Amino acid sequence: MNVQRGIEVVVGLFVLAGIAALMVMALQWSNFGASRVNGYEITARFDNIGGLTTQSPVKLAGLTIGRVESIELDPDTFQAEVHMIIDGKYDSLPTDSFANIYTAGLLGSQYVEISPGGALESLEDGDRITMTQSAIILENIVSKFLFDKAKE
Amino acid sequence: MSRLLEALARLGRLMIGGVRHAGAMALFALDLAWVLIPTWSRPRDVAQQVYAAGVLSLVIILVAGGFVGLVLGLQGYNILSTFNASESLGVMVALSLVRELGPVVAALLFAGRAGSAITAEIALMKTTEQLAALEMMAVDPMRRVIGPRFWGALISVPLLAALFSLVGVLGGYLIGVVVLGVDAASYWGQIGEQMAAWEDVGGGALKSVAFGAVIALIAVYEGYTAEPTASGMARATTQTVVLSSLGVLGLDFVMTAFMFGA
Amino acid sequence: MIELARLRFSRGEQVIFDEVDMRFERGEVTAVLGPSGTGKTTLLRLIGGQVRPKSGVVRVDGTEVSRARRKRLYALRRRMGVLFQNGALFTDLTVGENVAFPLRAHSALDEALIRRIVLFKLEAVGLRSARDKYPAELSGGMARRAALARAMALDPEIMLYDEPFAGQDPVSMGVLLRLIRRLNDALGLTSVVVTHDVNEALSISDRVIVIAGGRVIGQGTPDEVRAQRHREPALAQFLDGAADGPLNATDSAVPLSTDLGLRFDPGVDR
Repeated sequence: MNVQRGIEVVVGLFVLAGIAALMVMALQWSNFGASRVNGYEITARFDNIGGLTTQSPVKLAGLTIGRVESIELDPDTFQAEVHMIIDGKYDSLPTDSFANIYTAGLLGSQYVEISPGGALESLEDGDRITMTQSAIILENIVSKFLFDKAKE
Repeated sequence: MSRLLEALARLGRLMIGGVRHAGAMALFALDLAWVLIPTWSRPRDVAQQVYAAGVLSLVIILVAGGFVGLVLGLQGYNILSTFNASESLGVMVALSLVRELGPVVAALLFAGRAGSAITAEIALMKTTEQLAALEMMAVDPMRRVIGPRFWGALISVPLLAALFSLVGVLGGYLIGVVVLGVDAASYWGQIGEQMAAWEDVGGGALKSVAFGAVIALIAVYEGYTAEPTASGMARATTQTVVLSSLGVLGLDFVMTAFMFGA
Repeated sequence: MIELARLRFSRGEQVIFDEVDMRFERGEVTAVLGPSGTGKTTLLRLIGGQVRPKSGVVRVDGTEVSRARRKRLYALRRRMGVLFQNGALFTDLTVGENVAFPLRAHSALDEALIRRIVLFKLEAVGLRSARDKYPAELSGGMARRAALARAMALDPEIMLYDEPFAGQDPVSMGVLLRLIRRLNDALGLTSVVVTHDVNEALSISDRVIVIAGGRVIGQGTPDEVRAQRHREPALAQFLDGAADGPLNATDSAVPLSTDLGLRFDPGVDR
């Protein structure tokens, strides 16, 4: 009877593990790698964020220095307000830095690239980057290109 | 001329044999359907079979899933990085596994590991008259032996496929993120963003349930109808692996066409 | 009481029983004798309702087995015990669990009582100490006795034995013979022993039925059957175990030379 009990327990665990695997895959992926970055928060407003999402990387010179924490719409300006957490190690970003939304490769995911400015003061918790450039939408470029060509 | 005729006749025999086999299996399935619910009057028998078929297949399934994930991670990275899109590695690995490789490879491994064992066990019980003894003790072998084994396989396959996929995605993570340096948050983030809970995970689960039913039916049928000799048992187990592998792959095509096709 | 009337059964082309009549009385051990391949096992399967005859009737205590519905059949089988040729013990259960199996399947007895019954049954066949062993650990004779204990578990009224003496050493054969006789007399069973061991069968049975070639070639008490040998050459051949006789005549229906594809018979006679 003891062996029987053991088998039943193992079977129960097996069934639970299988169902849990299904649930995890169906629902919980994005929380998997939700690495909490310890650092300070800065914000930036963009006209168009394209495919940027929470957890998208924030990079400087190609290195990841932080994550997008949250994105919300500013009801007055109709711009997207992106909150980013920057790793505390990188505490000397100039206040006049520039924020771009780039695409990794032609079709890859999007990220925020910070281009440092020349100011002496550094960005601190709660500061805002004022100079931004929106995501490049491939369709816009293509249509612009075709439009210019047509004008020639 | 006569050789041509002979070839034609052989083809005909093959077809007739196949149709007869399919018909016999359909009749058997009907018999089995009657006992599927009553089988649950003894849940312990079912648990025992889930253990024998499912839990004991865990090691091979998890190891295989890990390797498949590692390979997918490597190959995917090579392809995606040429487009500078290695951020999408996660979603590529996950979708491949959840939609296709998880259900299919887990089912094939299951057919080889557990399906053949089910066939052999039932065939041996038949050969040694244990099934006849049950009948003469007024215990229905269909309900007592076949039913629980069918359920055991049917329950095990989808669970194993889910675990296979999960371990595969972790394998992809290991090679892609830890070894090759893909951004971890993108790996997971892209999966979360692009994988649909219902269509992808649900579709994959539906597939593996169907595969489980196919393997379970073939395994118990082949065992139950095996010729009660040593060579008959050997033939039955081979038949189980061959037929259920073909059945899984064929059914996979049909289901894929319906679910993900145009 | 078991009764077979005008029974016909065939497997493919081969006719196993051709209009056969038999009776097995309560309280008696009846041996069914016959060469291998004459359908002796089939006879037991017909009585148990596992196969149905082509025509004719199989009646067990008034119930027509050959036409009974499944529920009726299962009710009837609970009153039958079958000793299969190789025991047919469940290999994944211990001897004790094997004996307890029919009790658990068909009674609502509590575990303590089942344990006592199992011990009684195993004691009867002299295997009480082997109750925790698995069938693979038993010798052939022990396995057959364990199977007998299992067949007896539900106190059947009818016992069917399929080749109980095949492959037994003289001692376990003696033990089995005595068990079959004692069980029958103590419990007033209807015992059917199917076998090709002539001497053993004649020594324990009250009545003997000899079948060959799809029909009954001799029946009665052992002495009566011995006396019938002069009327039936096949019976004489079988009882004596003679190599030549009508029982192997079927093979000479086609001359060897035909099968070899020879045009002229190279027989020594010419």
